[in-house]
Amino acid sequence: MNWSRENRWRAVIVAAGVLFTLAAPSMLELFTIINLSTAIALAILALSLGLIWGYGGILCFGQTAFFGIGAYAYTIAAVNFGGSSWAILLAILAAAAFAAVLGYFMFYGRVSDVYMAVITLTVTLILYSLLRRTSGPEYKIGNALLGGFNGVNSPPLNLPWPPYTPLYPEHVFYVGMAVLIIGYVLCAWLVQTHFGRVAVAIRENELRAELIGYDTRLYKLVLFTIGGAVAGAGGIIFCNGVGRITPDVFNLYNSALAIIWVIVGGRGTLVGPVLGSFALFYLTTWLGTQGTVNNNLVLGLILIVFVLAVPKGILPTFISWWDKARQRRSMQRRELKVRRRRGRASLLEEAADEK
Amino acid sequence: MKSEVVVETRNLSMYFGGVKAVDRVNFNLRENELRCLIGPNGAGKSTFFKCLTGQLVPTSGDVIIRDFNGTGRLPHQIARLGVGIKTQVPNVFDGLSVHENIWLAARRWHGAPRARTLTGETIERLKLGDIRNEPVGRLAHGQRQWVELGMVVAAEPWLVLLDEPAAGMTHEETERTAELIREINQQATMIVVEHDMQFIRMISSKVTVFHEGRILIEDTMDVVSADPRVREVYLGHGNA
Repeated sequence: MNWSRENRWRAVIVAAGVLFTLAAPSMLELFTIINLSTAIALAILALSLGLIWGYGGILCFGQTAFFGIGAYAYTIAAVNFGGSSWAILLAILAAAAFAAVLGYFMFYGRVSDVYMAVITLTVTLILYSLLRRTSGPEYKIGNALLGGFNGVNSPPLNLPWPPYTPLYPEHVFYVGMAVLIIGYVLCAWLVQTHFGRVAVAIRENELRAELIGYDTRLYKLVLFTIGGAVAGAGGIIFCNGVGRITPDVFNLYNSALAIIWVIVGGRGTLVGPVLGSFALFYLTTWLGTQGTVNNNLVLGLILIVFVLAVPKGILPTFISWWDKARQRRSMQRRELKVRRRRGRASLLEEAADEK
Repeated sequence: MKSEVVVETRNLSMYFGGVKAVDRVNFNLRENELRCLIGPNGAGKSTFFKCLTGQLVPTSGDVIIRDFNGTGRLPHQIARLGVGIKTQVPNVFDGLSVHENIWLAARRWHGAPRARTLTGETIERLKLGDIRNEPVGRLAHGQRQWVELGMVVAAEPWLVLLDEPAAGMTHEETERTAELIREINQQATMIVVEHDMQFIRMISSKVTVFHEGRILIEDTMDVVSADPRVREVYLGHGNA
């Protein structure tokens, strides 16, 4: 495998991300920028699932659980603390801790892949119905009323240093892009480390990884926890982009959506799921404004088409096309060289004959 | 002077419902020995192998590796003792390159620089240089077996357990594998589960014959193949 080539691509991706962050606010309307921060939050969720499913082979059907917990933990903590800095830290920790506990039981209990998907989905749905029933005034954590299906208003992020100025909604865009880019760099670094390569090996063959001496349960747990933390960070951006957090974040539609992003974008890449989430976010938004076709119908159709026709997802399919085209080109070039050399050789022979 | 016993099972049993796959087996293996386990299908040798390697938890009895009680331990804990294991069906990382497969095994026990040289050496030793960047999933069966052997060797184990290393190989590949096994045996104690009598002759070792979950006889290949009981279990009653 050629790491340096992959790293070149990663540098290009990061540069594109930074450029977009700097250029977008002056080129797009305010409404679009505010809307974008929601898309960015979902992209961070896609990134986290791309990491644990695409690289670790852990099919988590309820990645939204950590995303939602991050959002709720941030909101509740920010309401109580009256500021966002500690709330951010607490939210990421809460999402990671929840992933660690859930992961511990699944991996050390040796739950097989299919049941893992079922369990993670069920956990999300339990959180959904649990939080929907918290509408009474008795359901509050500190000063934060949980608010049932209406959810809670999320206090805005503020500067972490005095004078602690709250950020405007358009600034959430910058924070979101920063989290997305940093999250991407971290994940891209992680999958190249010894740890990351073992995680990929476990995806390929868990028994073999065990037989060469790796405690696969621990590796999966750590990866799953990191995935939970990244999803939690996405949740913080999400509730800031929307301005509130409701139990709907845990519903079936959203958890399935995350899976579809990764399938469409491609497993085994990190950018693929991110692009998948952006594409589907804008597609569903656009369909929503058209109001002619049902969103779910279109998403279902997309899922079927991809599973049948592009099972590897857009990005990996594109990469293999690119590689094949390059191989063909280099082969043609080699042939041309050989032919030219032959031509020269025959000319020389003719010259020798004439003498 | 006889060398130290490094693998021992005491009354090792594995029952599947009413089937006694392995039945009170007492087995001893000394340091630097190369032992083959043979027996007809269903004799219990693969089950025995899986109990040794932590892939199955025995119903009763103990597995002792050096001073460590390995009974009911997980495969990675057995591997951690310095045991290299190759399973019957090749277990390799199909989507990863030959180099990555072997590197992962070497890196488990060594720092990055040592792992890199060890990986290079192992690839050289197994003559996998031409295919080092190929994904293992695309290789022929025999090559996949060698990649798996490479992963075992790269970890530099002192004890090597191989389950049918020559299964499905051509004659030449089998010869090469036998050569490799003799080579590995220079540094490591070995147990090889095998069907192929020819192959066992090639590696010329002491043989333990399994039959109906128990040890039938334990001796050199010549003695074992001359034994009327062995002929009977292999060919069936009346044909001996």
